[in-house]
Amino acid sequence: MSTISKHRILERSPTLLLIFSLLVVSVGGIVEIAPLFYLENTIEDVEGVRPYSPLELAGRDIYVREGCYVCHSQMIRPMRDEVERYGHYSLAAESKYDHPFQWGSKRTGPDLARVGGRYSDAWHVDHFIDPQSVVPQSVMPKYAFLADARLEDELIEDLLATHRLVGVPYTDEMLAEARADFHAQADPDADTDGLLERYPGAVVSNFDGQPELTEMDAIIAYMQMLGTLVDFSTFTPDETR
Amino acid sequence: MMEDRTEHDPVTGTETTGHNWDGIQELNTPLPRWWLWTFYLTIIWGIGYCIAYPAWPLIDRATPGLLGYSTRAEVEAQIEAVDARNADVAARLASADLATLGRNDPAYHYGVAGGAAVFRAHCSQCHGAGAAGALGYPNLLDDDWLWGGTLDAIAATVRHGIRNDTDDDARWSEMPAYGEFLEAEQIAAATEFVLQLSGQPHDSQLATSGATVFAEECASCHMEAGTGDRETGAPDLTDAIWLYGGDREAITESITNSRFGVMPAWGPRLDEVEIKAVTLYVHQLGGGE
Repeated sequence: MSTISKHRILERSPTLLLIFSLLVVSVGGIVEIAPLFYLENTIEDVEGVRPYSPLELAGRDIYVREGCYVCHSQMIRPMRDEVERYGHYSLAAESKYDHPFQWGSKRTGPDLARVGGRYSDAWHVDHFIDPQSVVPQSVMPKYAFLADARLEDELIEDLLATHRLVGVPYTDEMLAEARADFHAQADPDADTDGLLERYPGAVVSNFDGQPELTEMDAIIAYMQMLGTLVDFSTFTPDETR
Repeated sequence: MMEDRTEHDPVTGTETTGHNWDGIQELNTPLPRWWLWTFYLTIIWGIGYCIAYPAWPLIDRATPGLLGYSTRAEVEAQIEAVDARNADVAARLASADLATLGRNDPAYHYGVAGGAAVFRAHCSQCHGAGAAGALGYPNLLDDDWLWGGTLDAIAATVRHGIRNDTDDDARWSEMPAYGEFLEAEQIAAATEFVLQLSGQPHDSQLATSGATVFAEECASCHMEAGTGDRETGAPDLTDAIWLYGGDREAITESITNSRFGVMPAWGPRLDEVEIKAVTLYVHQLGGGE
């Protein structure tokens, strides 16, 4: 009896067929799923990466809501042309607190992984209101409504708690101060010592220039911190990774 | 025995699977040989790939592969290779005094061409792809400079930026929002005087009283004659070049709420050669001093 013919034994017994099918499928499953259980070992330890501040997180939600990832990637690939244009290639650790990550897969617009600090807040306001006013050849739609959309704080603590649930290390203190931090980051006159201690490197500014807290403030706060957390003058990534 | 059940289709001679539905038999036609061998080859290729390149995830990293390939090492090597090709001319530019750098010097051409690339990647979003600027973002093609148009002044502006919070040496000045200090009539009068200064149609009666407001409030930065001051980045109000618009409405807005144009510091993002290159590029656009 040839080996191929023995396969008929499986084909004729539903129970055996089921058991062996499960064994075959589980090979693929183990290869894909097992590494997730020790994922923390595989992400290199990078100094400076921290969870998003409440305002940045709210801005990130707007980024996701508006589908910015459809046209903008947040992933500088390790290729010379990308590194020359956008800055140091992205590290996995830089998006480890992203749920879900915003790497994207298409660039109708430029990569945004290191857009933080490249432009002034006023440029971002001008650009969101009417992108063609500053970049005439741009095909980006207008997002002027963000400046009129008031941002409420009632759900911000829950938002942080939700992210904590999926593994972002928000402390009890961060949750307790979420609402205060949320407002302080957009108010240059506020006491921001606590905010900056909890979220080092957070940019404090009245981002949209209006007294009210708007979605424009949040999304610019998010823009201005993208890619700024790792200091590449002191950090050298492991080349074998 | 199972072999005994092997049947052959009488028409084609092909083996059948032995399944029979109402007299219709299923043929067990073998796969095309070329397809089958290609399939086996891909399996062998896959095994070879797993051995040669990083593949299987282990406890804290993947198997490195016999070739020791790494995308990170590759990009480093690519960048180093290009840097090595430019090393001589880049070193020449890095050590050169821009003011005395000859127009026929290879370092000058390297700087202007490289500066154009730096400008397109980092500066064009605000100053425009052709450096003509936009409302609120200065035109770099003309010879009207807010903070100075010499090579040194341009390099300092690029390196430290303007009115940003990240660089202690950033150029800094802050015009008061006169809406908080002056009456609406005084602002209207000052607006008419500024219109007069720049040779535009104006209400000359209002402009006369505006001259007093200007002398008291504005002249300390914009100078008695309104010609501006580069120490404080105060624009010349006598010409036809306006950063935020020169009509009555725009000038009133500027006086009432002030303006606060910010430029990031590029020192932390660009290296010395890139800063010198973009300085040369901007300087030779037309208005360099």
